[in-house]
Amino acid sequence: MEALITMPLVLPPTVIGFYLLLAFSPANFLGEWLANFGIKFVFTFEGLVLASILYSFPFMVQPIQSGLSNLPPSLTEASFVLGKSKWITLTKVQLPNIKPSLLTGIVLAFAHTIGEFGVVLMIGGSIPGKTKVASIAIYDEVETLDYTMANTYSIILFLVTFFILVIVYLVNGGYLNRMWK
Amino acid sequence: MIVCNFRKQLQGAGGLIHLHANFEFPDNSFTILSGDSGAGKTSILRILAGLMAPESGTIVSGNTIWFDADKKINLVPQKRKVGFVFQDQALFPNMTVKENLEFARRDPSQNKLIREIVELFELGDLQNLKPATLSGGQKQKVALARSIINQPDILLLDEPLSALDQRSKIMLQSFIQKIHYEFKLTTIMVSHDLSDIHRMADRVLKLNEGIVVVSDKKVDQKHDEEIKGRITKIEEEDGQVILQISLPSSSFQKIRNKKENDNDITLS
Repeated sequence: MEALITMPLVLPPTVIGFYLLLAFSPANFLGEWLANFGIKFVFTFEGLVLASILYSFPFMVQPIQSGLSNLPPSLTEASFVLGKSKWITLTKVQLPNIKPSLLTGIVLAFAHTIGEFGVVLMIGGSIPGKTKVASIAIYDEVETLDYTMANTYSIILFLVTFFILVIVYLVNGGYLNRMWK
Repeated sequence: MIVCNFRKQLQGAGGLIHLHANFEFPDNSFTILSGDSGAGKTSILRILAGLMAPESGTIVSGNTIWFDADKKINLVPQKRKVGFVFQDQALFPNMTVKENLEFARRDPSQNKLIREIVELFELGDLQNLKPATLSGGQKQKVALARSIINQPDILLLDEPLSALDQRSKIMLQSFIQKIHYEFKLTTIMVSHDLSDIHRMADRVLKLNEGIVVVSDKKVDQKHDEEIKGRITKIEEEDGQVILQISLPSSSFQKIRNKKENDNDITLS
């Protein structure tokens, strides 16, 4: 299971995109079955979101997994002995005590998705106004030799990801808390 | 009454330990589990709480079967009605002292009990503090208070007095004794300390070389021996009088409430 979840970290995005494209294609069983419910994932924004979730999953799972394994087991056990269910223990004890890991996971997954190229190109197909994302737009502008536009998109992506990471380090390093005091 | 008869293999520092537990805990008894480090004392508490399962045997509390290997019964910790004070206190860092206590309650009707326990444990001033800001003794007090909110029948204490200074230790000993009697608990406490055994226990279970639970001996006639000592210092603090007493072989502190008026001091 762990190997399967970690796969997107090492697998080329185009490979994941290719198999998702095949799986969701109306010519195949899954795509055909989903079509019965009016759900279409190929060349749609919904498909792009689903593919991005699968692709960025390890970036979310790994910080949470390491946060939970670093949590003293006695906290979970204390909650059980106090009569609390696994769900209450997860939501009231475990997750609130791994906030830095949660934040790292959320931000890394988000930042990773922003810059995604291969998967979204495969499953989304770069349809303007529908599935064309920033990273693909940069590639298209470079192809048409419009470097000014490509530069504008790139700077925006650069700044967004930079500030996201700065915020993560500020929050997790406790700098913001100390500043407010 | 809890009747235990189980076996469990444990991995100790010196190799495998074959723990064979065959003993019982009478209602309202105060038992101290004593023995070498790694002998399996904490494991016994964890098995009683349902946090660890033995390999074979049974554990029966009153009319309820907590564990039966043959019948594949293993009651979850949530249903065992035990209070557990962990060695690291296990206070939830994301909650204040008050929230830690409130988290333990099963229904809002226990709010009155929480208020009583806050008063009993003198936690009024600490209520809004997070555990990270508390001293070792205060953390133990909160952990102890939290463990009895659900009014358990059995209180399991894993070395609650280790790593405390003498003053906090004496204070906590008196709290533990107070709740043991007031809440009519069956208390099982892990301790290496002989003074805990003499001062608190009415039964001692000794784990010998981690293998077999050897004895179930009564600590009695503990007040028979008279030792003469000298009071070297008297201090008054927070409505309590602290007597520093020097004995021929050692010295210790005795904390008494000011209202206590008796002249005899029982030393143990």
